[in-house]
Amino acid sequence: MAINWFKYSSPASFYSLAGKMIPIFVFLAVVLTIAGLYVGFFVAPTDFQQGEAYRIIFIHVPAAWMSMFLYVIMAVWAGIGLAFNTRLSSMMATAIAPTGAMFTFLALWTGALWGKPMWGTWWVWDARLTSELILLFLYIGFMSLQAAIDDPRRADKAGAIIALVGVVNIPIIYFSVQWWNTLHQGASVSLNQAPAMATTMLTGMMIMVFASWMYSIVVILKRVRVIILERESHTAWVAELRKKEAAR
Amino acid sequence: MNWESWSEFFAMGGYGVYVWGSYFVTLICIVGEVLLISKRRRTLDKHYGLIHDSNTKEEIKNETTS
Repeated sequence: MAINWFKYSSPASFYSLAGKMIPIFVFLAVVLTIAGLYVGFFVAPTDFQQGEAYRIIFIHVPAAWMSMFLYVIMAVWAGIGLAFNTRLSSMMATAIAPTGAMFTFLALWTGALWGKPMWGTWWVWDARLTSELILLFLYIGFMSLQAAIDDPRRADKAGAIIALVGVVNIPIIYFSVQWWNTLHQGASVSLNQAPAMATTMLTGMMIMVFASWMYSIVVILKRVRVIILERESHTAWVAELRKKEAAR
Repeated sequence: MNWESWSEFFAMGGYGVYVWGSYFVTLICIVGEVLLISKRRRTLDKHYGLIHDSNTKEEIKNETTS
């Protein structure tokens, strides 16, 4: 079966495709969250060093990973929009930013609440924490710059520049625990080493990572649909859609 | 099973404030984000509903006057 993928680069067809996809991802997000929290709280054992405090990991790590993944995806969409002048790609970038910022905030917040009992401090200016804070500022900078420019197409281009320049921060965050002496521990999961934790802990964490992915897809699709309607309000297809909705 | 009772579950071995403080704020953020998006959508729909109504009213008015 041949699928014409370019069809979905048009906001009109993507709008309806996204509408059909949302319920599937809502279902997956709910099921995975319940499963992940169950494993995290009832199956995974107490940590021999950190007691029950380590259970913050089930949101801390997914939030921190998502904050970085979403930034890269945002920059890729923004870059495609800048290079090929495709409206939908830039709208995707705009839709991703608030969710990315939310996960960055949560990574910092849960990190502070984990740091206090384990390190004795809410915050230190170590490389990992500082670069993650810079990531939050990059997201906020991207959103405020776009909000400050009235013409959406110019806002897309200006935002894309910030997004692309800021990508350099992502490897800095990731490798900060290796490059500098940080209070933050090293990677708990890596490709070339056995994970430094019990299997059930890792399972719970990975399920929560997938749940965060599904949640992100849901809210980003919902937001991009609103952005499409806002920006395409002058077009014939939106007028048609409004008429259809009014008739219902 | 890790927990003998609900109070033990909520206490989290003395780390309750930190663990539940993390989960509670996460919940607030998720609920907040979803509500903000629906509100943005409703504002947009309402805006178009108004334009739609005023247009049709205008049309009716024009028809009656002409």
